[in-house]
Amino acid sequence: MPKIYVANRQIVRPGDLLAEGDDVKGGDYTYRIGNKIYASVLGLANVDDGVVSVIPLEGMNMPKEGDVVIGLVTSVGITNWIVDIRGPYKAVLNANEALESFNPITDDLRKYLDVGDYIIAKIIVFDRTRNPLLTIKGKGLGKITEGKVIDVKPSRVPRIIGKKKAMLNILIEQTKCTIIVGQNGRIWIRCPNEELEDILVRAIRKIEAEAHIPGLTERVKRFIEEEKRRLGIA
Amino acid sequence: MEKPVLIREDGLRHDGRRPDELRPIRMEVGILKNADGSALVQFGKTKVIAAVYGPREIHPKHLTLPDRALIRCRYHMAPFSTSERKSPAPSRREIELSKVIREALEATIFTEYFPRTTIDVFIEVLQADGGTRTAGLTAASLAVVDAGIPMKDLVAAVAVGKVDGVLVLDIDEIEDEFGEADMPVAMMPSLDRIVLLQLNGVLTREEFRNALELAKKGIMEIYRLQKESLTKKYLMYPEE
Repeated sequence: MPKIYVANRQIVRPGDLLAEGDDVKGGDYTYRIGNKIYASVLGLANVDDGVVSVIPLEGMNMPKEGDVVIGLVTSVGITNWIVDIRGPYKAVLNANEALESFNPITDDLRKYLDVGDYIIAKIIVFDRTRNPLLTIKGKGLGKITEGKVIDVKPSRVPRIIGKKKAMLNILIEQTKCTIIVGQNGRIWIRCPNEELEDILVRAIRKIEAEAHIPGLTERVKRFIEEEKRRLGIA
Repeated sequence: MEKPVLIREDGLRHDGRRPDELRPIRMEVGILKNADGSALVQFGKTKVIAAVYGPREIHPKHLTLPDRALIRCRYHMAPFSTSERKSPAPSRREIELSKVIREALEATIFTEYFPRTTIDVFIEVLQADGGTRTAGLTAASLAVVDAGIPMKDLVAAVAVGKVDGVLVLDIDEIEDEFGEADMPVAMMPSLDRIVLLQLNGVLTREEFRNALELAKKGIMEIYRLQKESLTKKYLMYPEE
């Protein structure tokens, strides 16, 4: 008989016993000893159809293949760029993943991307034994030339996007900004004016701070509406 | 200094505690902005902060481990932490404590999740009054949780001592100096596993068994406070 000891959305800490029984499955951020399942990080318990997992409240970004991330170019090599994607590993962007035709003898990569440039990129290969490889070939990828990049905790990214993009759609709808959320906790925003940009940044900070309290989407919506009214923006 | 009365006639200790009583404990998580994880732990007059950075890239590169993360640990006592100024250079004792604390943490952290990276743990003793290694380890494990690094369990630690023939929990500086034995113990409480055990002095087998029981009792209480302090950080934002 499976026994589950935690309620949905309950705060759990490493070592907390989540469930007992051979037919219970442990999901993300859990581990099993015998027939007992324990949490391995501080987070919120999530019980779903016999699978017990933990949604972490803290933590770094672990790159995943296919993730869209926002990176900062930190050095330029002969045939590649080294990109900081805010994780344990530095990412590599090879020249042939950025340019159509490229000749290392005549071309200087600094002409295209230099140290300090932000890029929207996709992780194409990553398996922990080597550093992640990026590409900026594809729709919506490439160098960032306008707008702002803000950093948030990587563990808050799922909340900023929301279930079926609910939260993200509210943010876009309410502030009329263009928003790209990188899985690594960097967000690129481009807003019609400074007032809306300021409201958006504060709304994102609010999501970051209150990610673990239910009813967040409604609260954020109200927050933006009130702020807009206060500043006299329709 | 002359030996003070360690166990008073009424059976209480020199500071008025019962033999099985802990000092007042305070724990706070997430106190440093620049660290990925941090914690402050206070056991009576012993005050320790811990900061965790990582997992991050290793420098120098040749220390890289291909299959797991490298844990580096520095236990350090601030020059102002003792009544006589302590030289800030790492002493033989600090190097040893860094090692035993590192090994205790290696037992609980899932290092294999982050190959080729390092997790740096800094433990700084701000004020020393006995039991700094146990307070340091307690703080370090909270800081690791705060950094979001996956681990098997928290680590809670406490020292048991023997003073004037009586086993006492959570010994302080004076009891350590004039007592007969000092035994720091660290455990992963939910898994009931010991990750650090040292013994300085002499205990009989019987006394050792009792001392370990006493330590376990103290550890369960510290564990409860650790969990409370972790939860507290997320209860600070009130519901609207």
